[in-house]
Amino acid sequence: MEELLKKLDGVYGVSGREGNIAKVVSEEMKKMMDEVTVDNLGSVIGVKHAKCPHPTRVLLEADMDEIGLMVKDITEDGFLLFVTIGGIDPKILPGTEVIIHGKKEYLGVIGAMPPHLQTEKEDKVLIKNMAIDAGLSFEEAKANIKVGDTVTFKTAYTRLLGSRCAARCLDDRAGLAVILKAAELIKNPNVELYLSASVQEEVGLRGAGVAARRILPDIAVAVDVTHGDTPDADKRTFPIGEGPAVLIGPNAHPMRTRELISYAKRNEIPIQIEVDGDGDSGTDAAIMQVQGEGIATMLLSIPLRYMHTNYEVMDLKDAEEASRLLAGYVNEMI
Amino acid sequence: MLERLSNAFGVSGNESDIRNLLLKEIGEGEIRIDTLGNIIVHKRGTGKKVMVAAHMDEVGLIITEITEKGFLKFSSVGGIDTRVLVSKRVFVGEKKIPGIIGMKAVHMQERAERETAAKEKSLYIDIGAKDKKEAEEFVSLGDTAVFDSAYNTLAGDFVKGKALDDRVGCRVLLDLLREDFSFDFYGVFTVQEEVGLRGAGVAAQRIMPDYALILEGTTCSDTYKTEKHLTVTKSGEGVAIPVMDRSAILDQEMVRRLVETAEKENIPYQFKRTTAGGTDAGIIHKTGTGVKTAILAVPVRYLHSPGGVMNLKDYEGMRSLSHAFLKRMEEEEWNF
Repeated sequence: MEELLKKLDGVYGVSGREGNIAKVVSEEMKKMMDEVTVDNLGSVIGVKHAKCPHPTRVLLEADMDEIGLMVKDITEDGFLLFVTIGGIDPKILPGTEVIIHGKKEYLGVIGAMPPHLQTEKEDKVLIKNMAIDAGLSFEEAKANIKVGDTVTFKTAYTRLLGSRCAARCLDDRAGLAVILKAAELIKNPNVELYLSASVQEEVGLRGAGVAARRILPDIAVAVDVTHGDTPDADKRTFPIGEGPAVLIGPNAHPMRTRELISYAKRNEIPIQIEVDGDGDSGTDAAIMQVQGEGIATMLLSIPLRYMHTNYEVMDLKDAEEASRLLAGYVNEMI
Repeated sequence: MLERLSNAFGVSGNESDIRNLLLKEIGEGEIRIDTLGNIIVHKRGTGKKVMVAAHMDEVGLIITEITEKGFLKFSSVGGIDTRVLVSKRVFVGEKKIPGIIGMKAVHMQERAERETAAKEKSLYIDIGAKDKKEAEEFVSLGDTAVFDSAYNTLAGDFVKGKALDDRVGCRVLLDLLREDFSFDFYGVFTVQEEVGLRGAGVAAQRIMPDYALILEGTTCSDTYKTEKHLTVTKSGEGVAIPVMDRSAILDQEMVRRLVETAEKENIPYQFKRTTAGGTDAGIIHKTGTGVKTAILAVPVRYLHSPGGVMNLKDYEGMRSLSHAFLKRMEEEEWNF
């Protein structure tokens, strides 16, 4: 699991520009799926065919895009101004190292005014006051970088203590790793298994709806992330290392969810229960549920600390258990 | 070499890593390490006593508390803008345990919180410990933490690193120590500059120099949205010669001779254009019966953040100018 996660985290793919991660995901899917295609928006879809006339159609889904920045202007000093793609906390930006995907990859730093020059009132952190410094002159920048080029955070997968790890886009490369690993383990001839590595989740759940509509599975499970336990969180969080969280609420099909939870309990797979009264859980599960004439949808989430920052933290055990759970549940289907 | 120096660990008060690296690189001379950890290299000569100093410490964090859940609370060592701390990777303690400076996800913040800088006391380091007991097996109270920011080249002549202030000074000093001058030369790698110029004063009190030249990294705010009058220095315009900062008014004649030397040798230079900041010069010039002191500084953008950026041409300028100046003073026997 860790090897796969490291590999996936090492590739960049901001929402709308998922080409590179799509390539890697295709290669991985080809290892265990019968056919792998890419749809019009760029989502990578794989299918493992059933060996019976009326199979149950199951879709396991995760999004492969990540949050990032996009160049919006070049100043006369060669600094790059940017907009955000996806929900980014501006507070993580000052001092952050980035990679600008121009004609080639440029390393840069998001500048921060040094303490020596600050006055009392400087406690606002606003994107409009920030720029990327890559050491380029205006001419060099203009020649090699254009408006619309994406910028990603430069980070390195880090193993912390125990089975915890930190990386840039565990949201949702963790989900991606989970469904790929689960697909390796699923060998049910009564199931037509689909995997969708969807695009553009971070900007509005755009890829998953389109993919699900084409497939129209009987059951769809989105694997995403949920908020892990941090000392300063005042809303409900899920401790990392105590199992993936299963959603109960309007966005989750009640009967299928009960089946999933029952499988977990019978097989001693640790899970947590996440209750959300919103029809829209804010994940691809929300858009998939309302495709076609409706799809029985579930959401499985990996607890993740510091979501949408340079370094998100999770427990590898949770991802491993999630794969086991999905594979086991699907393998049991008749 | 600059890369290795920038990457080495050495938060103020805990400089052993960088000190050991420097000791390996120093060539000839009598080496002494004093009680605070300063490295004093003495190359005996005749005539005037000249001290050239660069500080080996860097800003960083120090662990103040380990919570029940295994998170590490910290305070900053040296002046760090808390805004650059959020969501960065650090290495803690001697074992260099990786950790993430965390704060709650944006989704869980109120609107007003989102755009307001976090306070240091609400931040913490997550090393992935299950609880306090596990954390204590790997880190202890008082451990220092450095930013994870490997030295790297950017476009053009620009480079990025975590402690260019003041490993650039250390690098140049190593070079100067390889030369032989006729005057009595003390090269000092000081400690604890960032927490109050504490090592330099002690070293100067022992040496009692006649002249001192400080090699530093300085604020360079020629960046986006900084008002022109706060620019201080411009990257690429040459080594900076401060005339006055918050800690010292530099020796007028020494500054004049530095400028003269730069012009004669065609070394690009600039004046530091604000009086913000302080350096070891601040404590050294007041030592004993007074010391004629001047500073040469390399402009570093985003000083005291994980990704400091400087122009190698400015660094080369500091190297050439310090060499040329010392050679010239050797000839003129420091006649001022």
